[in-house]
Amino acid sequence: MSQTEMAVQGHGPMMEESPYAIPSRKFTMWLFIISDAVTFGAFLFSYGYLRVATPNWVRPFERGNVINVILMTVVLITSSLTMLGAVDSAKAGDKGKAMRFLYSTMALGAIFALLHLREWFELFGRGITISSGLFGQTFFSITGLHLLHVISGVVALFVVAMKFSRGKLTPSHVETTGLYWHFVDLVWMFVVPLVYLTNFAH
Amino acid sequence: MSASSGNVIAKYLPVYFVLIAIFLLEVFLAFRIDSTATLVPILLLLAGCSAALGLMYFMHLAQERRSLFLSLIPATIFVLAMMNMFWGDSVRLLHMSPWAK
Repeated sequence: MSQTEMAVQGHGPMMEESPYAIPSRKFTMWLFIISDAVTFGAFLFSYGYLRVATPNWVRPFERGNVINVILMTVVLITSSLTMLGAVDSAKAGDKGKAMRFLYSTMALGAIFALLHLREWFELFGRGITISSGLFGQTFFSITGLHLLHVISGVVALFVVAMKFSRGKLTPSHVETTGLYWHFVDLVWMFVVPLVYLTNFAH
Repeated sequence: MSASSGNVIAKYLPVYFVLIAIFLLEVFLAFRIDSTATLVPILLLLAGCSAALGLMYFMHLAQERRSLFLSLIPATIFVLAMMNMFWGDSVRLLHMSPWAK
């Protein structure tokens, strides 16, 4: 880079290479994901520990409730697929398609949140709340933390989509947000077996 | 450009269907196996398989530079070691509900 180019463009292009040649944004998101995974791990471990060690564990889920869980899981896994489409379209420069995929992901995330809230209100109707014993405390803590992540993800996707459509953000921002979204999906794969499916065992 | 997006969806569809299949298998096993002690390890193993697929193909860890992968290992060990600090507190549960009474 010549002195003139450096004067016009600054040192940015020269300092583009990050340590380990990893984009710092992506690396930071991975570090966040690792720390967040440990948070969920601690919650799930405590749930599993209490669940297995308590002989008279409350099992409020009937076998009919499994339909709702299947629906929620399929919706969340499908949203990961649409997120992949959004990232790929953004990288390929197809902004219109990327936006459609992003809106689909947001819609699926919102559907998941609504299904989750419906399940919560059904439990509230049966008198099961966060203050009603070990089951309520652990169940609402884990699912509440996950639901918070989903809602935060939908909001983050909306903000990124808006800024990306205006050209203020790059495809790498969409990719980084996608990593977070896939992580939320990944956590659900552990929540379902431990928190829901073990309640069908006798 | 549009074809590229279509391709990526098609490319990841097998992974998507495998994830759905693993989940349905988990549901099936939850109905079939009565013992919680038997069911939990099996479900966790299947969940681990789903998570590995998600990490490798949806989060592209399989295609990332090795330097990213290697950089994440010490970070993972660090957070696990930090979490280990809390196990001492969790043992106190033994003296609390539900075993206290």
